[in-house]
Amino acid sequence: MTRTGNLRDQQGPYFGEFGGRFVPESLVAALDELEATYRIAQSDPSFQAELAELHRTYTGRPSILTEVKRFAEHAGGARVILKREDLNHTGSHKINNVLGQALLAKRMGKKRIIAETGAGQHGVASATAAALFGLECVVYMGEVDTKRQALNVARMKLLGARVVPVTTGSRTLKDAINEALRDWVTNVDDTHYLLGTVAGPHPFPEMVRDFHSVIGKEAREQMLTEFGHLPTALAACVGGGSNAIGLFHAFLDDPEVQIFGFEAAGEGMGTDKHAATLNYGRPGVLHGARSYMLQDEDGQTVESHSISAGLDYPGVGPEHSWLKDLGRAQYRGISDAEAMDALRLLSRTEGIIPAIETAHALAGVLKLGKELGPDSTILVNLSGRGDKDMETAAKYFGLLDA
Amino acid sequence: MSTVTEIFEANRAAGKETLIGYFPAGFPTFDESLEACVTMCESGVDILELGVPYSDPVMDGPVIQEATELALQNGFKLSRVFELVKAISARVSTPVLVMTYWNPVLQYGVDRFAENLKEAGGVGLITPDLIVDEASGWLEASDRLDLDRVFLATPSSSQERVDRTVQASKGFVYAVSTMGITGARDDLDKKARAVVEKVRTSGANQNVAVGIGISSAAQVSEVNTYADGAIVGSVFVRAYANGGISELKRVTQELSGS
Repeated sequence: MTRTGNLRDQQGPYFGEFGGRFVPESLVAALDELEATYRIAQSDPSFQAELAELHRTYTGRPSILTEVKRFAEHAGGARVILKREDLNHTGSHKINNVLGQALLAKRMGKKRIIAETGAGQHGVASATAAALFGLECVVYMGEVDTKRQALNVARMKLLGARVVPVTTGSRTLKDAINEALRDWVTNVDDTHYLLGTVAGPHPFPEMVRDFHSVIGKEAREQMLTEFGHLPTALAACVGGGSNAIGLFHAFLDDPEVQIFGFEAAGEGMGTDKHAATLNYGRPGVLHGARSYMLQDEDGQTVESHSISAGLDYPGVGPEHSWLKDLGRAQYRGISDAEAMDALRLLSRTEGIIPAIETAHALAGVLKLGKELGPDSTILVNLSGRGDKDMETAAKYFGLLDA
Repeated sequence: MSTVTEIFEANRAAGKETLIGYFPAGFPTFDESLEACVTMCESGVDILELGVPYSDPVMDGPVIQEATELALQNGFKLSRVFELVKAISARVSTPVLVMTYWNPVLQYGVDRFAENLKEAGGVGLITPDLIVDEASGWLEASDRLDLDRVFLATPSSSQERVDRTVQASKGFVYAVSTMGITGARDDLDKKARAVVEKVRTSGANQNVAVGIGISSAAQVSEVNTYADGAIVGSVFVRAYANGGISELKRVTQELSGS
């Protein structure tokens, strides 16, 4: 396959052999309605203006770039620049997509939104948008994740959302998506499923990407104006892949910019406890799209493992599968231990505590900088802040008095 | 003409109701599911819908989901579906349709799955998460092997989509009676009639059976007044879980009026 042409212009439902709509017929009308509403909004200046104004006055966009020199000393001397999505309202990139979809829900006249969440960042962002727009909000969250991200559960409840712990299957993000899909199949008339990542059936992968593409658009301009050149490489963590595609998208047709996604390798690459879907999975159908996924020989989904609830997912967005097969992006694994070390390192060298998800990208940068050398500049998506992870981090590093 | 179509026609000619019964393969074990399926066929089920246990069954309610989770925990492997179809077909003449989510078929290989199903004596597939738009490989394989293919029509489907579904389906069209997932409900949604009407409107001479939410003999009879058959799932699974073969037999006889 060739990688010439405009990769940025790719629209769903298919990204090469990936994507599609592998869903019950019950959802097709809702997906058609969503796509039609989105297509109108895309070319409607008033929609774009409303979203941009929300981002300016509510989200806090544009997010800044921060060069982290003390951290970079540990990365082979490469320059490391963070795109600070952690400074967005609600503490992560997730709000970019949520505000866009909430506006679409309003346009479709839906009174109720439902969402899945792993780490709770998307759930918090959804609950926030529901509060802002006066919508009913139900968030499905794996029971395991409600425990390891208890603080975010409390935030969602305070914002007025109902949080439903999911007790089926692995009790994590995958099962939360199953429950959200069940809810949607049942209540599709008055409910919008505010899917939080670039997975799922068309039009979600394309639409969620578009809402997050503001990250890369801003960052590309900021690199040129503040640093005078494009970065040598991009780095982002990949679970479903929303923050990564948000950063990557604006650079897809800049062949001189290398692109790296970092998946959760859990207990380590080569072990069977990981969430490194693009490294160890193979194409299949999960949650409405054809993409790489972790599965056994019978096509049963295999449970993923990661210290990070947000990356603990056995699937990945179809556009990432496409970029991997095209060779436009490389995807590597980062273990729990490597991520936690990087989390502590950024905290101590720069005074910035990243989310555990984001720490996977930072750990990747420490290795990447040594490969690319001191003349390189690496732009990292600092996708979320680590406040929600204090309990996990405190336990991991033994910071709490017994 | 497919065996399934013949059954609808024969029942219609004889003024009899048609009951399609679902049971999960491998629940709770391979051998026990074989006995359960044979019992259902011998007690009045006209067409058997054999479910393939799957890790992410988004169209199934809690009763069926628990059953299929147990089947997987007990080590159910996909290749044994064909053994089960063969074993059932050796003991009863009831046609067996396999109900499966799409990824297991995709991983097994669409052509290989279709060929093994045919060899085992299965008559076709019901595919709850495969819409006609994504089904080209299966359309070809089922044409080549003369297997039935049952797609879903729902209350939210446009007439245009129902037309396509009716044209692509062989055996019958599965009309989803409520917007919801499977699980017995007290009130059968009136939307079922509207879906059946859409199927009739599309003009083709296609059978349509109503499923999802049917839990009583009265509902089976009511559905049979306007559709060609009624599909029942959770009730059989619950009956077996609560009272084993004897309860399953009693419930099947009750629902089939035999």
